[in-house]
Amino acid sequence: MNLSGEHRIEAPRDQVWAALNDPDILKQAIPGCEQIEKTSDTELTATVKAKVGPVSAKFSGVVRLSDLDPPHGYTISGEGKGGAAGFAKGGAKVRLEEDGAATILHYEVNAQVGGKLAQIGSRLIDGTARKLSGEFFDNFAAAVAGPQPTAEPEQPPVPAVTKKAGPGLPQAVWVTAVIIIVLALLAIFALK
Amino acid sequence: MPDSGTNTGIGASVRRKEDFRFLTGKGKYTDDLNRPGQAHAYFLLSPHARAKINGIDTNAAKQAPGVVDVFTAADLAADGVSGPICGWVVTQKNGEPHKSPAVSALASDRVNYVGEQVAIVVAETLAQAKDAAELIEVNYQPQPALIKMKDALANGAAQLHDDVPGNLCFDWEIGDKAATDAAFKKAHHVTKIDIHNNRLIPNAIEPRAAIGDYDSGMDMMTLYTTSQNPHVARLVLAAFMGLGPENKLRVVAPDVGGGFGSKIYVYRDEIVTLWAAKKLGRPVKWTAERSASFLTDAHGRDHDTHAELAVDKDGTFLGLRVSTLANVGAHNQIFSTATPSYLYGCLLAGQYRTPAVYGEVKTVFTNTAPVDAYRGAGRPEATFVVERLVEKTAKEMGIDRAELRRRNFIPPDQFPYQSPCLVQYDSGDFPHLLDRAMEVIDYAGFSARKQASAERGKLRGIGLSCWIEACGLAPSAVVGFLGGGVGQWESANIKFNPTGSVTLYTGSHSHGQGHETVFAQIISEHLGVPVESVEVVHGDTAVVPFGMGTYGSRSGPVGGGAVYKAAQKIVEKGRKIAAHLLEASVEDIEYAGGTYSVAGTDRTKTMAEIAFAAYVPHNYPLDVLEPGLDETAFFDPMNFTFPSGAYFAEVEVDPDTGVVTVLDMVGIDDVGTVMNPMIVAGQLHGGFAQGIGQALYEQCVYDENGQLLTGSLMDYCMPRADHFPSFRTEETNQPCPHNPLGVKGCGEAGAIGSPVAMLNAVIDAIGVNIDMPATPEKVWRALQSQAQAAE
Repeated sequence: MNLSGEHRIEAPRDQVWAALNDPDILKQAIPGCEQIEKTSDTELTATVKAKVGPVSAKFSGVVRLSDLDPPHGYTISGEGKGGAAGFAKGGAKVRLEEDGAATILHYEVNAQVGGKLAQIGSRLIDGTARKLSGEFFDNFAAAVAGPQPTAEPEQPPVPAVTKKAGPGLPQAVWVTAVIIIVLALLAIFALK
Repeated sequence: MPDSGTNTGIGASVRRKEDFRFLTGKGKYTDDLNRPGQAHAYFLLSPHARAKINGIDTNAAKQAPGVVDVFTAADLAADGVSGPICGWVVTQKNGEPHKSPAVSALASDRVNYVGEQVAIVVAETLAQAKDAAELIEVNYQPQPALIKMKDALANGAAQLHDDVPGNLCFDWEIGDKAATDAAFKKAHHVTKIDIHNNRLIPNAIEPRAAIGDYDSGMDMMTLYTTSQNPHVARLVLAAFMGLGPENKLRVVAPDVGGGFGSKIYVYRDEIVTLWAAKKLGRPVKWTAERSASFLTDAHGRDHDTHAELAVDKDGTFLGLRVSTLANVGAHNQIFSTATPSYLYGCLLAGQYRTPAVYGEVKTVFTNTAPVDAYRGAGRPEATFVVERLVEKTAKEMGIDRAELRRRNFIPPDQFPYQSPCLVQYDSGDFPHLLDRAMEVIDYAGFSARKQASAERGKLRGIGLSCWIEACGLAPSAVVGFLGGGVGQWESANIKFNPTGSVTLYTGSHSHGQGHETVFAQIISEHLGVPVESVEVVHGDTAVVPFGMGTYGSRSGPVGGGAVYKAAQKIVEKGRKIAAHLLEASVEDIEYAGGTYSVAGTDRTKTMAEIAFAAYVPHNYPLDVLEPGLDETAFFDPMNFTFPSGAYFAEVEVDPDTGVVTVLDMVGIDDVGTVMNPMIVAGQLHGGFAQGIGQALYEQCVYDENGQLLTGSLMDYCMPRADHFPSFRTEETNQPCPHNPLGVKGCGEAGAIGSPVAMLNAVIDAIGVNIDMPATPEKVWRALQSQAQAAE
């Protein structure tokens, strides 16, 4: 999948850059993030928990940074394993552009999923990724610049797809949960 | 036709005996069976289409709650157990055999498709096995996958298998190249097509399943499994996979919910489940989940073909040239070399007397699931090529589609007819089939119907296919000559019980076809026993003497032939018993409909009396005749059978949405003698459903990385009852000349002739050439691009 877009954050670029490198702020911003740790200047590990209906699952992944150009942007790449549910891997280019006192964050994500994630979830991924990155940005902007008066009303926490996954389809629910967690990681990829 | 005087003989629409249990939930499928103390298996499948495996760590999984053990390729290799095999050696253009890479029982140092089995977890419960599978750490090193055939064949492409250069399984040819080239030089017109035969995923209603059971006291292994051919599975497991010997291996295929070819093969899951049961000393049960079936069942079709037809100014066919790339997926299976070669190329002449035909096929390994025989197996692909080409020729030359075909038909008085593609057609009356099909569909009235549709803003189209196939696989000598690895006979054992009822043991296997009814009808016809008194037993190697199973529409022609031969042996032995009891000479005993009589007298003995005398031989010629009434026959016919048909499809397309509505589907079939008209109609209807599914709905899609995007019933569109009109079928009852029942087989016919008739109808409606499936999106886009081009 390919996902690109931009988001305006009401804070100066240096502050946004610093926040993007602050594990505590990221932890607040990533939906379901339990733990995030910088293991080196260019490596980060994260554990994200997501709950969908009755099912919750944990997902862990590693992200690497390259083409570091503070405070203008970087390229990130990473890989996450979801056990028998499959894998996600991908990368993103992130660019920060000054706009007066605010910052516009441009992102281009390119991700690939495999195994059951692709088999069951391939056509659900784009929409879910957009929704999760939207949540991320709202949280992130709030953490960096305080609550945003112009923020979109929050979406229901469960994406539409999970409505199809009733109690009779625990596996589908579970797989959907993993997809969401993977996509939470992709949001990480996109932003730090 | 029945000479028995009963209403349950050949030709009667006897209700299916097996349906009571199927319709009331009383069927016994593999997953319904449970063995005392059984453990449950789950397979870890590869999420990568192509990757090196640098190591597999199963320690955490082995420690997980409830886990009995976890095995990988190394464990099976240590016990000398190997993986799926290819059953047919195809000789290439260069005289060398095709390339058949060795396949391990589980993926060892690499994976070659998403879904390839990497490890088996055996645990007390299925949930525990699945949880533990999460803990297996496979160190994959992903590599770029080769999904498209042209990429796999490209110069310098990576190799799936070290011993298969260029990923080419075989480069094969059929027919006369020089004669065909000469024919094209004389052509007035040449029609050319480039077509894709879409890849299909079988989706039998019952997923594959296996239970391995080992009796250490008897040193006997038993595999309960979803097989179309349990004896073949036993032979293959014993002879090639190291799980024999045959006398210590029993394979049981109980009720099986559909196969369509996908259950011919012996898969890794079945091999490994059986082995694990012996290794662990306890029964092990495995049932595929639907999502695993999508990934691991052998897929069907997937051909890219360029074909050309040379015609003279009158539309007479002079020569046909066909060049095909066929995808075999990641590795070979039993019929994966035979299907795109002989089962395809031998039918390229179709119903026509095209004098020169040349076909060449390259088969290619790709990082996708194995591709093998699927209902029709090669013959739908051949029919698709021929009948698209003929339909396009009619359009290009301005000759009516039916008239063009009629000019080129092999005349009915030319049989047996030696085709330029190896086979000898035994019988057929193609003009009659077409005439009748035109009557039934009201071909003459089509233009008025088209006009009426146009007035409602709809595009109406009609499509024809005149097809022939070779089936009834058999004959052993020919199959062996062409590279097949096994015999192709069938066996039957008829046991009269002392009280006059009959038990028939057949080596054919029924997984929905209705053997229990039709074979009972053969007994009823020839031995005068009502079908209710005939028990048909199949599917268990410990009970049935021998068999080659069910595929290639062989049960009626070959399995039925064996039943007939065994019945004749019963009749002849009974005649001797009757002569003794009636105190007459054998020559004077007449037999009809289950009753022996002395010629010219009213002295008779019924078959039931004969059976009783045979088992209670108080008054019996023991000096010259053995007691008992129990005869076995093997039947191996001298040729394939050649069913044929003329099919019309009529559709209406909504130009605003691209939705195709099937208005009518007419099939006039020559499937030989019709033993049970209701069952034949059912087989044809099922074939139509699958054929129309291919033409309009079904499409297997892998993305460029080899991930299966159509991996569930949400994304892979199967046909439903409300997609269809009421099908109209008729059979001509022209007997096959070389088997005793005169039957030709009807299991695959519907799926062979219908896809191209349907696509021809859609193309006729929209006026644009498109490939299958004709989905609303594809049809709509074709109409839009046509409209833009016209502007």
